[in-house]
Amino acid sequence: MAMTSPDTAGLPPRRRFAGSRDLWRRLPVTAKIGALMLLFWVLTVLTVSLWPLADPLAMVGRRLQPPSGEHWLGTDALGRDVFARTMYGAIWSIPIAFVVVACAVVIGSTLGALAGFFGGWNDSIIMRLVDVTVSFPPILLAMAVAAVLGPGLANASIAMVIVWWPIYARLMRAQVLEKRENEHVEAAVAGGAGRLRVLGVHILPLCWAPTLINATMDFGQVVLLAASLSFIGLGATPPSPEWGSMISEGATKFYSWWIAFGPGMAILSVVLATSFLGDGLRDLFDRRSA
Amino acid sequence: MTAPLLDIRDLRISFQARDGQWAEALCGIDLSLEPGKVLGIVGESGSGKSIAMMAFLQLLPRGTRVEGSAKFRGEELIGMAPARIRKIRGKAIGCIFQDPLSAFNPVKTLGQQVVEAIRLHDRTISKRDALKEAERLFELVAIPQPARRVRQYPHEFSGGMRQRAMIAMALANKPDLLIADEPTTALDVTVQAQILDLLGELREELGIGMVLITHDLGVVAGIADEIAVMYGGSVVERGATEPVFYETAHPYTAGLIGAVPTLDGTGALRQIEGTPPSIFSRPPGCAFHPRCGRAGAPCPVDTPRLLDRGGTACACHFPLTETAEAVRPARVLDGDPA
Repeated sequence: MAMTSPDTAGLPPRRRFAGSRDLWRRLPVTAKIGALMLLFWVLTVLTVSLWPLADPLAMVGRRLQPPSGEHWLGTDALGRDVFARTMYGAIWSIPIAFVVVACAVVIGSTLGALAGFFGGWNDSIIMRLVDVTVSFPPILLAMAVAAVLGPGLANASIAMVIVWWPIYARLMRAQVLEKRENEHVEAAVAGGAGRLRVLGVHILPLCWAPTLINATMDFGQVVLLAASLSFIGLGATPPSPEWGSMISEGATKFYSWWIAFGPGMAILSVVLATSFLGDGLRDLFDRRSA
Repeated sequence: MTAPLLDIRDLRISFQARDGQWAEALCGIDLSLEPGKVLGIVGESGSGKSIAMMAFLQLLPRGTRVEGSAKFRGEELIGMAPARIRKIRGKAIGCIFQDPLSAFNPVKTLGQQVVEAIRLHDRTISKRDALKEAERLFELVAIPQPARRVRQYPHEFSGGMRQRAMIAMALANKPDLLIADEPTTALDVTVQAQILDLLGELREELGIGMVLITHDLGVVAGIADEIAVMYGGSVVERGATEPVFYETAHPYTAGLIGAVPTLDGTGALRQIEGTPPSIFSRPPGCAFHPRCGRAGAPCPVDTPRLLDRGGTACACHFPLTETAEAVRPARVLDGDPA
């Protein structure tokens, strides 16, 4: 049957993405800066023990020295090198932010998807739980949970997951509610697909964009909240070089500004990086809400 | 074969509105289809034509009341267990939807989707064999370069090609019955003709029974063996295609035929005055009487039953009898109630 069709019959089939290079090219400049900053911190986490830095826990000089060629960001009240401590601090903050965001995404998205897809009682119970959780100010809830569980970064992480999962539950529920009305979902049902297949194959793959964007942006926020908890003594315990507890030490030595400056700039750079990158990803994947 | 492919008896469907009031979307229809035949269901939006088909595949939202009987090869579909109906959907009964773009999963290639459709009902077929089968199906529905096309995404297809792919997917499990819900509405007129030709050919080759749901009489005229005209949730006229067109008995059918534009036609397009009734305020008696030029005393009071009149079965108190009159309905246009 000879037929001309005004479509792409003659073109070679496109691959899913024409390489990650294509994705990178379409990112805005700010998002590229953010991605590079984030990459820097990830590399720091992986390699910092190989760097020629002073021991972050050892007294390497006189106490409260201002920045100099030997100690780039000076020394703290115990004579430890602030620059080395800042770099080592990434080992705490970055992986914890990963774990917290990952757990919150998995728990929140799963519950949100179930709530949105099955509706009825599932929906009511899960979403009321979400409402209760978000009715507390995040920092207060995290403080309360961390205080109950006791200090330590593991407990602080649990507290942060409890604060964060409802956001993802709401995001995913809204997406599932929207996508399940698509005609292709009805077509899949008419084709004999079961409920879980419909959810997993035909709905969820269309729902991940807002979650991905939000997770990127929240990464910085988690770093910030972790530092906040450590600042008030509910996170990392003293000798470990955690950014929040370092700022807390610096806050008592107000005229030795450099003690808080290092970790402060580190936190700032992570939060900025993730928010730049998140904005860029939203421009790419979710234009309507940009 | 004694049992008809599809046998619908007194099917009633009601929805519950927010205020708790029940509204009847389908007021007891009877339809049947022999294997290998094509039934065209024609009606305006809201006449209940799609809902009937969705009802027996159990695709209606929860909280819909479905009564009556719909037998597929002698097996009752209404109230069938979900696990059993899933084996029928897509396997014995294939569906084609109106908008082929939105009816495909946008993030999977068409080949993957046909493979899924096949493997959903037969796990023993390997993915590779299923993809081969997908290519064969694409060839069957005359999609050029099938080996390449199965690796493309829905957005890379034109509308007509997409509808062909949809037909290929519906045929994937060699169904006995194909339900096409407005298969040509979203397409250009020329592409429409191609798709209808394709459906006709497939029916010849594969001997599939089809239910063709449409609001376009021209679509069913060429392909359907039988036609059922629906209005306000009831079948108002039913019969073999030729008598329905040439010995039209129901004024509504006559109005629809009169409203089909002709190439040599002069003057304005004829229309049926008024709008179809809402299911919440359906007129008593014959649902069509407020718009009907022939309505008389019994029409607002007494609901006419579908009676066999030889050529077609028709639900009307004052059926058109003369052929000439049927082609030129007397006062469908100038009956002005306001």
